Amino acid sequence: MNGGTIEAPTIEYALLAPMLIVFGAAIIGVLVEAFAPRHLRKAIHMPLTLVALLGAFLLTILQAVRDGVPTTPAAMGAVAVDGPALFIWGIILILAFVSTLLINDDEQFVAQAAAVPGSNDEEEAVRSGYAQTEVYPLLLFSVGGMLLFPAANDLLVMFVALEVLSLPLYLLCGLARRRRLLSQEASLKYFLLGAFSSAFFLYGTALIYGYAGSIDLRAISSSLGTVAGQDTLLYIGTALLGVGLLFKIGAAPFQAWKPDVYQGAPTAVTALMASTVLVAAFGAVLRVFWVALGNLDWDWRPVMWGVAILTMVVGAILAITQTEIKRMLAYSSIAHAGFLLTGVIATGAVEQNRDALSAILFYLAAYGFTTVGAFAVVTMVRDAGGEAGHLSRWAGLGKRAPVLAGIFAFFLLAFAGIPLTSGFFGKYAVFSAAVASDALPLVVVGVVSSAIAAFFYVRVIVLMFFSEPAADGPSVAVPTVGTSAVVALAAAATVVLGVFPEPVLSLADQAASALFVR
Amino acid sequence: MQSPAEIDLHSGGVIGLSWLMIALPLLGAAVLMLGGRRTDRWGHLLGVLMSLGAFAVAAASFVELLGMSPAERRREVGLYEFIPGMADLGLLIDPLSISFALLITGVGSLIHIYSIGYMSHDHDRRRFFSYLNLFVAAMLLLVLSDNYLGLFVGWEGVGLASYLLIGFWQFKPSAATAAQKAFIVNRVGDFGLLIGIFTIWTTFGSLGFREIFSQDPGTASSGTMTAIGLLLLVGACGKSAQLPLQSWLLDAMEGPTPVSALIHAATMVTAGVYLVVRSGFFFEASATAQLVVTIVGVATLLAGAIIGCAKDDIKKGLAGSTMSQIGYMMLGAGLGPAGYAFAIGHLITHGFFKANMFLGAGSVMHAMNDEVDMRRYGGLFSVMKITAVTFVIGYLAIIGFPLLSGYFTKDGIIETAMHHNQILGWLAVAGAGLTGFYMSRMVFMTFFGKKRWADDAHPHESPAVMTWPLIILAIGSIGLGAFLVLGNRFMTFLAPAVGLPQELPEFHFVSTPGLATLALVAVGAAFAWFRYGAAEVPVLAPRGSFLTAFARRDLYGDALNEALLMRPGQWLTRIAVFFDNRGVDGLVNGLAAGIGGTSGRLRRVQTGYVRSYALSILFGAAAVVGALLYVGNM
Repeated sequence: MNGGTIEAPTIEYALLAPMLIVFGAAIIGVLVEAFAPRHLRKAIHMPLTLVALLGAFLLTILQAVRDGVPTTPAAMGAVAVDGPALFIWGIILILAFVSTLLINDDEQFVAQAAAVPGSNDEEEAVRSGYAQTEVYPLLLFSVGGMLLFPAANDLLVMFVALEVLSLPLYLLCGLARRRRLLSQEASLKYFLLGAFSSAFFLYGTALIYGYAGSIDLRAISSSLGTVAGQDTLLYIGTALLGVGLLFKIGAAPFQAWKPDVYQGAPTAVTALMASTVLVAAFGAVLRVFWVALGNLDWDWRPVMWGVAILTMVVGAILAITQTEIKRMLAYSSIAHAGFLLTGVIATGAVEQNRDALSAILFYLAAYGFTTVGAFAVVTMVRDAGGEAGHLSRWAGLGKRAPVLAGIFAFFLLAFAGIPLTSGFFGKYAVFSAAVASDALPLVVVGVVSSAIAAFFYVRVIVLMFFSEPAADGPSVAVPTVGTSAVVALAAAATVVLGVFPEPVLSLADQAASALFVR
Repeated sequence: MQSPAEIDLHSGGVIGLSWLMIALPLLGAAVLMLGGRRTDRWGHLLGVLMSLGAFAVAAASFVELLGMSPAERRREVGLYEFIPGMADLGLLIDPLSISFALLITGVGSLIHIYSIGYMSHDHDRRRFFSYLNLFVAAMLLLVLSDNYLGLFVGWEGVGLASYLLIGFWQFKPSAATAAQKAFIVNRVGDFGLLIGIFTIWTTFGSLGFREIFSQDPGTASSGTMTAIGLLLLVGACGKSAQLPLQSWLLDAMEGPTPVSALIHAATMVTAGVYLVVRSGFFFEASATAQLVVTIVGVATLLAGAIIGCAKDDIKKGLAGSTMSQIGYMMLGAGLGPAGYAFAIGHLITHGFFKANMFLGAGSVMHAMNDEVDMRRYGGLFSVMKITAVTFVIGYLAIIGFPLLSGYFTKDGIIETAMHHNQILGWLAVAGAGLTGFYMSRMVFMTFFGKKRWADDAHPHESPAVMTWPLIILAIGSIGLGAFLVLGNRFMTFLAPAVGLPQELPEFHFVSTPGLATLALVAVGAAFAWFRYGAAEVPVLAPRGSFLTAFARRDLYGDALNEALLMRPGQWLTRIAVFFDNRGVDGLVNGLAAGIGGTSGRLRRVQTGYVRSYALSILFGAAAVVGALLYVGNM
């Protein structure tokens, strides 16, 4: 950079438009909160959010089909809108859109977050029919952060994105309408641990800056091996950076927050977190470990092996003894993060291993849809105290609501990776990429973990269809239009990606062949 | 054989729509099954319509194929790719598969039409048609698939349809048992086929016909080729009721007669022959496998004929004859390219004349209150002329009466066999003599001689919806053989699919084996006339010699199965159950308990205290840092 005069940065607004739309809508949402009368807010927020997400999605598609995905980073090297980033944006936006349909359910969110649980204030708020409509702008800010996170081309922008992504989520987690103490506890835990891990990320950034003299991912990559005697700095920096990222995807041993937060948060928010955050975080992991640290793969790969194995095993084994449906899905999500990490390891093997990249992209899309669908079903199974989370309450659900239970069983089979569901192809693609890069032992662990995982998925199916229903069992709420649309869409995606994966596979392949820009 | 370059991957035109052949009957089956009673009124018509639709597509594809030059007559139609390069679903339209498709949809449609009349009194007629449609779809998938996986799916599909249809009258315990028997015996064959397919996959790395057959057969050891050939043969034996897996076919006659005609005579049971001919790549590379095929064929053709000699049940007699005729086809299929065309040709003509006779038998049963014992027939010629005349045409065709269909195709097999191996050839000639006897016996006992009817029998000719299919099939039984064989028409047509022999055979109207065959057939027929035409046929079967008893009891096939397979099998099961309970279960349950216990213990780490979570993150971070430093500095 030149000293003295400050040059106006060049910003490629067109390229960044999807992100800008989302952030813009979020800011409009804040203004709505400030100026619109209370009873109109939701009526304004809902279409605003959906239109913003849809518009951003369409723009993303427009960018992807337009000739020539950019080969150089935009915004003075700060943001890279490349093939994989566009694909990830597409997934995030569509999943966020779907989750928004789910969030549009009054039963989910607290009337007034500031009211102490169980107090007169709370009763008052419920009675006057208040709603915490800040949910919508918070969601948009978070989604904006998620878009920036995997596209960030330098570590500081990435850190900012991480915080923009996380802070609204911390708040959203505490807004459950029922079991508010649990929700607030989840929120606080998530915030504390998130802040803790962000510190790791930041410290890692500092150390790497110390090594490379730059926070730009390309510059870091090109400095590898040129700085003598500072390797320790680089290794510690890489490790700490990795810890910050692995926390976000819930890899073991940084997974402890996931079950508690997934359980406590309003289920619609859990659906959003479990799908989109995972997608964004994997995008960032890929970018850092590929663009910046790709040439260091001989060093980080063995460690990543350990993390992946631990993640798969911990996720699969701990899920067995869970008795709460959302906690079980949380551990399942941990196991899936492990499966995805095998794909990340496969990318390190051959430089710019396209197959592994496209496998991960496909997996993320497939898993995201199924997850949103599964949590949408969870929101519908209710008893007097809200959602009936305990697994014993799900006994015999197949007799009460055969269609819903059938769809949920289908989602579970997709999680287990049964052929003709989307889950099968995700796993197949990731594992075969890992085999191609000589990570066979990892695949063996992955397959064994899948087998263990199949046990607890199928157990729920057995419970639903082959157990006598409890006398006072939960009822299945009549779903809102939005919720049934989410379930239907997720089920359709799971079928289509399982039976005709070719279009999405080749789209992922195309995105992957554009590769991350360096 | 064929080179991959000859195959056009992107087929447009009617052939591009050939998937409709499978889709139409499948749709019919789905509508009829899911629609339930609502479709009762028009269900049978839909079934017929779907079958005719498939026939129309097959015929149009055939015409389009004829319009191409022979080298181009292998068209692949890609349908669906499950795992790229591993499990594709595609169709192969070539002379071999289209011949089968025409037979299946053509004869199948006639039998559908016939069934409207035959099943008119059955209040489950709709269900019957749904199964028939399912069968047609599965059978077409079997023959049209361009890979072994699709073939196997079709193979199992026809097995299922066969099971459902044999046991269609489940209220009869004998039908239910027969269905199970067919299913279980076929399991053995299917298992062989499956292992064969696995072996092909491990040896050639693909299941697609094009990918496999374009490789050099020398890449695999001759032992592997023999193994693959024999395993495929096991599958073929199960489906085609060849020795030693023949026992189910005779019992399968418990199904409604149109089923016997379509599945257990004209089409499904010939799938084994199709498999052997389609897999010629493996058999041609292994003389041993080919020899075993021919031995199985000859053994079965004799066994079937002997069984046929002693049966009083008209359908079982025909079933024995089916076994025997498929034995001829198998013999032809084991003779390499010289025999393929005759084997498939005989398969097609047999499809006509045997369906003709089975439907004729059904027509007789329809008239005689479902009586199947030929000793209660006699003199039916005068009351049901159309049935009788068409049956006699089928009869003349099967015994090889000069110039009728069977004469050309069966003679072709016998001559080729004689050329190949004298012993096989003469045994095949002997089988032809036996055929002359038992078929003549059947005709004399049924249509001629004295009336031995039950008191309440009032035979009458069947309605037109049943006689017209008989007439059409009879026309095929007369002329098809000459059309196919003379001038090697069928052999040259099939050549793009299965190759040509080094020298094209010439059809001799006068030759030693041909004359010998005719003489033996004449002797057999005369003997039958002497025993069953001229002489009085007792209404109750006489005890007969031990040979008769031997044949009546299906050559003790069931007793043999029971002693050799069933009893040891039951012991094996008991041992396996014991081992499973004590050994495997212990291991598996122990493992499961171990994992569960680990889970329970690990779970305690999740204390719910955020401070301990933070600590675990800290330890984790330290471990990652330490590990990376260790690896980096190594």
